[in-house]
Amino acid sequence: MGKVRESVEQALEGIEDGASIMVGGFGLCGNAEALIRGVVEKAPKELTLISNNAGNLGKGLAAWLNAGLIRKIFCTYVGNNEDLHRMMADGTVDVTILPQGTFVERMRAAGAGIPAFFTPTGVGTVVAEGKEIREFDGREYVLEEALHADFALIRAAEADPFGNLRFYRTARNFSPIMATAAKTTVVECDQLVGLGEIDPDDVHLPGAFVQRVLPVAEHEDAIEYRTTRPRPEGG
Amino acid sequence: MPFSKQDMAARAAQEIEDGAIVNLGIGLPTLVPDYLPEGREIWLQSENGILGMGPYPYEGEEDPQVINAGKQTVTIVDGGSCFDSATSFAMIRGGHVDLSILGAMQIGANGDIANWAIPGGRTMGIGGAMDLAAGSKRILVMSTHVTKKGKPKLLRRCSFPLTAVGVVDRVITDLGVFDPVGEGFRVVELAPGVERAEVEAKTDAALE
Repeated sequence: MGKVRESVEQALEGIEDGASIMVGGFGLCGNAEALIRGVVEKAPKELTLISNNAGNLGKGLAAWLNAGLIRKIFCTYVGNNEDLHRMMADGTVDVTILPQGTFVERMRAAGAGIPAFFTPTGVGTVVAEGKEIREFDGREYVLEEALHADFALIRAAEADPFGNLRFYRTARNFSPIMATAAKTTVVECDQLVGLGEIDPDDVHLPGAFVQRVLPVAEHEDAIEYRTTRPRPEGG
Repeated sequence: MPFSKQDMAARAAQEIEDGAIVNLGIGLPTLVPDYLPEGREIWLQSENGILGMGPYPYEGEEDPQVINAGKQTVTIVDGGSCFDSATSFAMIRGGHVDLSILGAMQIGANGDIANWAIPGGRTMGIGGAMDLAAGSKRILVMSTHVTKKGKPKLLRRCSFPLTAVGVVDRVITDLGVFDPVGEGFRVVELAPGVERAEVEAKTDAALE
């Protein structure tokens, strides 16, 4: 069976209660929108979500929160995500907040076959509490462990049938790293292209890290904070 | 007259060397690029995956997939690049960012910084703050000298949850420019018309 899937249902096959799922995106930027919606319809429970923000402004992964699918979250920033603030206060989800560089490096390590690593980030803070500290060349570092998942749901601009990917601008963020750290990586691509259409030197993520590809043409791509500058006079 | 926000941004801009790679925190630091001296080139890094971030787009030219770490729409300059988060934090943690300009809730005289959580307050999260503070070659803090309730933010030691220990090189406030030197702050300069006595009264650490 090839990697290309024809429906969201096929793409999400095997996601069950208790699954751990990485979801790409920096807030709402670079979300696999159809896959995120598909999980809400499928409604698995007790999920562990690994994602930078877990939605915002009621959109994106906020739907998973509101549907009661999530038991545990690994993220880096809550910000103005009112849905998550409410659930943290209720104690309905168990939230672990990580430094962003540690968050992504733990996934990178998982994908690269490295069980743990020492980082300077978080030394002397609550993040390092209960963790091994070791000194190298006179500076202290904290031991952090690899972070794996059952599934990664990511968005790419272009994919070919082998799962070679190209990303677009800042929609790339955590997605290619998550793809390496999950047992099953599902890619929602804006455009499915033929083998050979992406130049070998322009492949951002090789197909070895991708198990399923779902082409989805339409996306909302909501802007969280639209910010502009005035045009110059007469410009 | 204490420094206005614009004065603080202009003073911070003087700290940036030509050709520097700079990461700007949310809030006051985002004003700095508007005050760069003529002809000085800088490369803005945004931890969500841009080196060479440009100004906000003109209305109608926003791209939802070109955002900064504050999730605002931005642009990318000629020569800019986009990359994944692991590469971005290799750049940050690996010491390839020359300067980070951060906001803060508290700054310790020992160089500690607290800028991500208030005890008993709402948890906003860490984001890139701890990596930027731990990994940047130089840390410049921009902050009001006291809180909205008038409490000192420059302290002998921070009481809020720390972001990083011993990393702050310089602090620019509305009252002047200060370097943490261990048990106190060295006064680098005072804002025009600001008396040392006022700074002493509003700083919870010795001035040197």
